[in-house]
Amino acid sequence: MAYDGKDKVLEEVTGKSYEFGFTTDIESDKAPPGLNEGIIRLISSKKEEPQWMLDWRLEAFAVWQKMEEPDWPHLQYKKPDYQAICYYAAPKQKKQLGSMDDVDPEMRKTMEKLGISLEEQKRLSGVAVDFVMDSVSVATSFKKKLGELGIIFCSMSEAVKEHPKLIRKYLGSVVPTKDNFFSALNAAVFTDGSFCYIPKGVRCPMELSTYFRINESGTGQFERTLVVADESSYVSYLEGCTAPQRDENQLHAAVVELVALDEAEIKYSTVQNWYPGDAEGKGGVFNFVTKRGICHRRSKISWTQVETGSAVTWKYPSCILKGDHSVGEFYSVAVTNNAQQADTGTKMIHLGKNTHSTIISKGISAGKSHNSYRGLVQIMPSADNARNFSQCDSLLMTDTSGAHTFPYIEVKNPTAKVEHEATTSKIGEDQIFYCLQRGIDEEQAISLIVNGYAKEVLNQLPMEFAVEAQKLLSISLEGSVG
Amino acid sequence: MVNIKELQASIGDTPILKGLNLEIKPGEVHAIMGPNGAGKSTLASVLAGREHYAVKGGSVDFDGQDLLDMDATERARSGLFLAFQYPVEIPGVSNINFMRAAINGKREHQGLEPIKGKDFLSLVKEKSSLVELDGRLRNRSVNEGFSGGEKKRNEIFQMAMLEPRFAVLDETDSGLDIDALRIVASGVNAMRSPERSFLVITHYQRLLDYIVPDFVHVLVDGKIVMSGDKDLALKLEDKGYDWIKEETIA
Repeated sequence: MAYDGKDKVLEEVTGKSYEFGFTTDIESDKAPPGLNEGIIRLISSKKEEPQWMLDWRLEAFAVWQKMEEPDWPHLQYKKPDYQAICYYAAPKQKKQLGSMDDVDPEMRKTMEKLGISLEEQKRLSGVAVDFVMDSVSVATSFKKKLGELGIIFCSMSEAVKEHPKLIRKYLGSVVPTKDNFFSALNAAVFTDGSFCYIPKGVRCPMELSTYFRINESGTGQFERTLVVADESSYVSYLEGCTAPQRDENQLHAAVVELVALDEAEIKYSTVQNWYPGDAEGKGGVFNFVTKRGICHRRSKISWTQVETGSAVTWKYPSCILKGDHSVGEFYSVAVTNNAQQADTGTKMIHLGKNTHSTIISKGISAGKSHNSYRGLVQIMPSADNARNFSQCDSLLMTDTSGAHTFPYIEVKNPTAKVEHEATTSKIGEDQIFYCLQRGIDEEQAISLIVNGYAKEVLNQLPMEFAVEAQKLLSISLEGSVG
Repeated sequence: MVNIKELQASIGDTPILKGLNLEIKPGEVHAIMGPNGAGKSTLASVLAGREHYAVKGGSVDFDGQDLLDMDATERARSGLFLAFQYPVEIPGVSNINFMRAAINGKREHQGLEPIKGKDFLSLVKEKSSLVELDGRLRNRSVNEGFSGGEKKRNEIFQMAMLEPRFAVLDETDSGLDIDALRIVASGVNAMRSPERSFLVITHYQRLLDYIVPDFVHVLVDGKIVMSGDKDLALKLEDKGYDWIKEETIA
């Protein structure tokens, strides 16, 4: 844009502080930094885990030690010193919670600042929340109501103790320990997460939701999520993330596994707003996440993500379309501003016959950030009549930002149909002026245009999440046109 | 209402408007005609506050306010409307939401609460009948996939919604067939009132058969070189612009 005040506006944005940058003063039970077998044994014993779980962790640690951190993404960052990170930090408080009133008042304040007062959630929105703070799940609501339907929704630690059969069967079945550097690390040191099981034929009556938040300074968050939808069941799962503002980089290496058995459907939505670091790129969360789902016969997995935060994002929610007639979808909006970097996309692996996948990716780059889409569509020889449609759009807000697209397509079956569309455009000065002339101010004009651009993806989100996501997009891009 | 004095504007180093004078009183309709490159669209853009153009001199008084001192949004909220020659497409933003944001922007400026949903919808219904804009177009993304005629009708619909005190129509007739022209013109005529003024920029006399102006001005090389009543437009149609150029040089 030809505005004279461009530099000033940019300065204002870079001066804008992170809205969720508060810390909670709760006494924390924290292990010394560093990673070795002793620490893993400590985590396991703190969590009162059975022997099989400890063995699983130790095996993962052995695998991880032989692996190297990937350097193929289009990202530049100083690799974390894995021996300087603290791998266990649990808020000190009594574990057994009978009701919301038992929750530590400080922690409840945190929840309120996050805008997810549990009581309110309970009363108004009918969302069951599993709240994870520094890796330990502190409160799970709606358990009883879900229990009546046979739905299990609890923290991973609890699931390890209470539902060992399911955990042993499915944990690591979609993302094996040795899958990649970060998944191996996660398997060794994960401290909590959520587990969800929907029994045969049950349609989960409410959106299940987890809020992740990194509070303790210098800690990594390694949560592990497992969602199993049994035959002909349905569940919609929401995940939201924030982190307080700190100068050092924080590490988030999560693993999410989805299992959709025959004719089941899982909708998994994420709004990620980890602290992105300051204007110069100091601090911020390193978000290295492995998300993958497996689809059995006639099942469907739909990933929707709105990524506005993190200093560095490395994330490819994927679908393995194993069963015939299964469907995989990926809808993504990724916003980067200032010095943020994102390398995100998806993998659709077609194994079954008549499998379909759809990829809609919308990247928005502002400031001097870099935003990359990386996707793989793989049609294996067994996948007769497989279909894929991919659309990857990039919107540039400034002359100093970058957008990159790395689509990989591998087709090993001649009956496949694969379509790929990609566009890159700069936000239109004409569009903004048109809005201004109608009496809409510049901030709102950008918000309208960007939300319009991302609408296809935002439409996939559940109502209450879509509103939040729209606000986030506007906040993340305030005054960012240049 | 609007008083333009010695207005000079340029793009980069190229002067376009070279001392333009024009006074428009409440209720009047002024037409500006002129050959290509005379500065007609530049005048519209400068009045609307497009920063692409640099104002080098002169003044514009808008109901006692210094128009040139206001940014584009303020001008719009104060009652200036520009019907674009090339209306812009905004994918994913519905026409209705766009209008609602515009109306609430104006209301905020006036110290009013955002418009109620019910009131807004009845307003939409009332105004869209003016230009025969059907529901399909109201709910579609702003101008996306609209035909040329639909875009221009949408401009007039937006004008009717925002009820400006001063509207500039920049070649609203370009690309219109005779039916669309009639619809657009009748929309404009329905909005004529003693409190509202119009500046109609056009290449062709044809539009002025439908929107009959009180005054016609001829813009040549960044200046108004001749003014008259509606008969001047007919004379131009007949003789072309060369006649004016010769006359003014002589």
